[in-house]
Amino acid sequence: MAEEVKLFGMWASLYSRRIEIALIMKGVQFEFIEEDLQNKCPLLLQCNSIHKKVPVLHNGMPIAESIIILEYIDETWPDNPILPRDPYDRAMARFWARFIDEKLIWVSWDAYSSKEEDQGKAIEEACKQLKALENELKEKEFFGGDTVGYLDIAAIMVASWFGVMQEVMKVELLTEENFPILRQWVEKFVDCPIVKECLPHKEKMVEFTRVLLKDFLASR
Amino acid sequence: MGEEVKLFRTWSSPFALRIVWALRIKAIEYETVFEDISNKSPSLLQCNPVHGKVPVLLHNGRPIAESLVILEYIDEAWKQAPLLPVDPHERAMARFWAKFGDDKVLGSIWSVFIKQGKEQEEAMVPAMENLKFLEEELKGKKFFGGDTIGFVDLALGWLANLIGLLEEIVGLKVVDGEKLPLLSAWMQEFGDAPIIKDNWPARDRMILKFQALRDATIAAASK
Repeated sequence: MAEEVKLFGMWASLYSRRIEIALIMKGVQFEFIEEDLQNKCPLLLQCNSIHKKVPVLHNGMPIAESIIILEYIDETWPDNPILPRDPYDRAMARFWARFIDEKLIWVSWDAYSSKEEDQGKAIEEACKQLKALENELKEKEFFGGDTVGYLDIAAIMVASWFGVMQEVMKVELLTEENFPILRQWVEKFVDCPIVKECLPHKEKMVEFTRVLLKDFLASR
Repeated sequence: MGEEVKLFRTWSSPFALRIVWALRIKAIEYETVFEDISNKSPSLLQCNPVHGKVPVLLHNGRPIAESLVILEYIDEAWKQAPLLPVDPHERAMARFWAKFGDDKVLGSIWSVFIKQGKEQEEAMVPAMENLKFLEEELKGKKFFGGDTIGFVDLALGWLANLIGLLEEIVGLKVVDGEKLPLLSAWMQEFGDAPIIKDNWPARDRMILKFQALRDATIAAASK
């Protein structure tokens, strides 16, 4: 009998949400193990001994790093594919997912957290990167086309984190005026039944983020 | 009808080398466009408007950037001599190690290289930790890919060349054959493999470049 699929995650972690969404989209039964990040369980530390982070998917063997887990899920449960078929389209999806994680989030954090004198420039840079991502939507309803795909799931950061940070840091990056198309995508994405089911309430996320950043906020 | 394959690269970029190796391993014909980073061509900026970096692969007029993304593309577009394994778990592990190399190993080695004295000693700790993980991963294998060179070998390939160069410049042994025997042996095997060996950038030019980079970084840090 096959061992059960386990997902080690944390309720406020958008990276964990990515995996939840993908598993539910594919109809995969799994057990969610909520981790206390201040007190990680030995099994998690064993499964991700290198980074000691969530999410970790365990399906006979552990896999870490959310965008890598997404590809693993697509390859292991091929029904309802989340990545496109064509190699070039797949390359584009991977490029933009990495862009979100490796560039956009960091540049945006700079914009949210910069001192007043540096903030203008940081905001400009973040908006430039957001615009590049928005342009990728082109005429499509979702990054994946007619339905939610790998890049939409990766872009949950844009759909959720930006709104939370706006409340906490009192800086708005993803304005309706500058990013009407991306804002429209956010609305459609968070309205999808599976996403709605997985995303924690914004107020809870805002409260959590305020606590997480309390030392930083106090120092300003 | 022939396929048009163009690679934008610089003479020294380790990331671009990954693509050179992959194209050679798969015996794909391609044209090279050498870029001067201080004076990037309009073509490069058009092909990679987001990052403006090399490498960029142009396949039948369509550009792909980010070396690990390009490697996966090459593996999917040309099926001969596969770089990634077939099994999904093994593929996930290969992607993990390649990402680990870029996210952690590279930065930690670079820190050792650009620091001095006590700071350099302290920087050695995470660098050695990261290298030990790689050592573990090589257990029972000749290459990270098993018996033959694969995706992870290409991703980590920069180690096989750059480590020796950086060690010479700073006068510090980072990959000790006694402490990291498997990694040491891999650096030799990989570095000497025919396609890999043929494409290393000129050693003396690299030494000059990295010496200058180190000096400039240290000078900037002390201001």
